[in-house]
Amino acid sequence: MANQNTRRGPRLLVQLAWAALTNGYAQGFAQGKIWRGASKGYCVPGLNCYSCPGALGACPLGALQAALASGNYKFALYVTGFLLFFGAVLGRFVCGWLCPFGLVQDLLHRIPFPRKRKTLPGDRLLRWVKYLLLAGFVVLLPMFALDAFGQGSPWFCKWVCPSGTLLAGWPLAAANGALRAVLGALFAWKSAILIVLILLSAAVYRPFCRYLCPLGAVYGLFNPIAFCRLKLDEEKCIGCGQCRAACKLDLSPCRQPNSMECIRCGDCLRACPTGALTSTFPLTPRPRKERKP
Amino acid sequence: MSPLKSSLKFLPALVLTLTGLALLVIGTRLGGRDAVFIKAVNLCMECIGLG
Repeated sequence: MANQNTRRGPRLLVQLAWAALTNGYAQGFAQGKIWRGASKGYCVPGLNCYSCPGALGACPLGALQAALASGNYKFALYVTGFLLFFGAVLGRFVCGWLCPFGLVQDLLHRIPFPRKRKTLPGDRLLRWVKYLLLAGFVVLLPMFALDAFGQGSPWFCKWVCPSGTLLAGWPLAAANGALRAVLGALFAWKSAILIVLILLSAAVYRPFCRYLCPLGAVYGLFNPIAFCRLKLDEEKCIGCGQCRAACKLDLSPCRQPNSMECIRCGDCLRACPTGALTSTFPLTPRPRKERKP
Repeated sequence: MSPLKSSLKFLPALVLTLTGLALLVIGTRLGGRDAVFIKAVNLCMECIGLG
């Protein structure tokens, strides 16, 4: 029986490097302004608010809502194509490796907390909330809840998105006195949502990704068929349950290796004692015993 | 599993990837990327909580 792979993978380094690469306009944080270069026309795969002072690209979810709210469905083709492409290639690998707000939750979960738990009460039902948010706040309301001028609004960005609050609202308010002067109830509401999620993240792994993220909901739909997927060799699987014990999202990779909830962190691969679980993408380093000289 | 069956498992991913690429190209030609740019270089008041 092969030893479990105890080597830590490169995931944290990749997350940090990608967050730095896609939010590299450091001057923006100091001066309270946003980047206006050509790269802003390109979406980045994770939930990365384009009003973040450091953001060098555009959020696909924000762009999609803007397209639907404007009624310019040709604009929506570009964003839809982007989501299809990254969904089909990576699925929720994006969540596990390329999303800055996912990184924030990962770091918060490292904070010692006396009552860490794997799930919240009502976990199975709560996981469906993100699909309702996707359908309602990202698609239907921007399309059909129009103002007097026939324009819609990005409902998820406006009323919920904690990534926008953390990466854009708080830094811009801190650096820009004029913005600070006009903050009101909406900012307070969004800050409250963010604070609750920050506190929850210390106790539960990735509460926003599990229960609320519409972008994760989109990518999750592709998990069963994406190029990046897990494979289970049933002849090698001994049903030990180590993969489930290792999974911080309380999933069972040995039963459903390509669950829509899986963010491809690779913890189950490292925990599997027989090598029954593998992946098409290199999510973990090979165990030291198997490394070639 | 035969190599052919093994390859066919990735056929849906391949079709969707190519469809996504096609939509990206078509969307760009129709001005989608420019529209994203215009939206992204202006401060999103809704995103930062100003409505």
